[in-house]
Amino acid sequence: MKGLLILRIVSKLLIPYILVFALYVQFHGDFGPGGGFQAGVIAAAAIMLYGLIFGLPSARRMVPDAVVETMVGLGVLIYAGVGVVGLLLGGNYLDYFVLHRDPVAGQLRGIFWVEVGVAVTVSGVMLKIFYMFAGRRRREDA
Amino acid sequence: MAVLTVGVAVQRNLFSVVVLSGIYSFLMATVLVALDAVDVAMTEASVGAGISTVLLLGALSLCGGEEAKPLQRPWLPLAVAIVIVAALVYGTLGLPGFSDPQAPIHVVVAPRYLAQSIAETGVPNVVTSVLASYRGYDTLGETTVVFTAGAGVIALLRRARRRRAGKTPR
Amino acid sequence: MGLLGHYNYWITVFLMTAGLYIVIARGNLVKKLIGLSIFQTSVYLLYVAPGKVIGGTAPIIAPEYAVYSNPLPHVLILTAIVVGVATLALGLAIAVRIRESYGSIEEDEILASDRDAEERA
Repeated sequence: MKGLLILRIVSKLLIPYILVFALYVQFHGDFGPGGGFQAGVIAAAAIMLYGLIFGLPSARRMVPDAVVETMVGLGVLIYAGVGVVGLLLGGNYLDYFVLHRDPVAGQLRGIFWVEVGVAVTVSGVMLKIFYMFAGRRRREDA
Repeated sequence: MAVLTVGVAVQRNLFSVVVLSGIYSFLMATVLVALDAVDVAMTEASVGAGISTVLLLGALSLCGGEEAKPLQRPWLPLAVAIVIVAALVYGTLGLPGFSDPQAPIHVVVAPRYLAQSIAETGVPNVVTSVLASYRGYDTLGETTVVFTAGAGVIALLRRARRRRAGKTPR
Repeated sequence: MGLLGHYNYWITVFLMTAGLYIVIARGNLVKKLIGLSIFQTSVYLLYVAPGKVIGGTAPIIAPEYAVYSNPLPHVLILTAIVVGVATLALGLAIAVRIRESYGSIEEDEILASDRDAEERA
């Protein structure tokens, strides 16, 4: 019981910082190492830690299945949507230059949204796979 | 890392094999930092040592944690492995040496990306600008691959809603 | 410098062959998947190592540095790592299903029960 108490307290202290670090890696990916993939994986790892320590049902209550499944598809849609917006504004598919009056600012905007889409999909998929593996009860031979 | 791989091959307790593979991923991330690949090292550390270990442990809890003793001594695979090592070493002798500045990959495309990245995209991290802007289409494909993997796992591991007791869901 | 300059390739070759050996010589499905991921990480080394420029730094443009390591392999390997974990997840899901259908994840036991089912059919 004592060991479990230490784990619960330490993870309650750590999980907010892990989530903030994931956001930092996401938005600072332009200036340092990072970007969408790393941020999505770190965010999913934070929720996985919560699920491991506090039990899968409470993790499912915090981030419900419907939210995770929506995130899986939403990220790809955001990415493809940026491309379609480029089409609608007169350029090629996934053309960032037309997203703003100033081409470089358009690039920055495009890169931002694209990385957001990637992070959402990656974290959704990793979390969903964790839910599926952890939520399946072991059946003794078929 | 070589010692770790031999350990992975020989060990039969799968739980310790998973821990060894986690250590292997961390060592690989350290080597990648020494090779100046910081983005790759961060991804390898978080994905290889974090997500892979969790997934493997989850699968082990569903499958059973011991490997059966091999029936016969693996002489043929060892012989195949040694032949492959010889062939590959012979093949790599023709490749450029370590950090040769005249190697083709340094001369043809990369200097343009390094020189133009801030001017065209305003992003100092060249890896991010190449990934998201110069080669953004490929990253769309990769996001789709991740999405497909998630959809595949959902399709494989989903249980039927209502199941009669004792019947295997199809 | 001639032979010693290829040292990084030899490490890659050893790791690649070790991963391949685990895939072909071991019968446990989960161990095969771990061997496959070792094989994949050796390929990451194969791509990233030639990109390093001795005396350069990470490819993040900063005013005080003039020489950078090549960023192109980093981009390819970033994609490869994520695809690798996607493959691992799918492979593990298939292994779990095989375990639930056949009762075991050892290759020879699965083949034996397939052969018995064929002979009975």
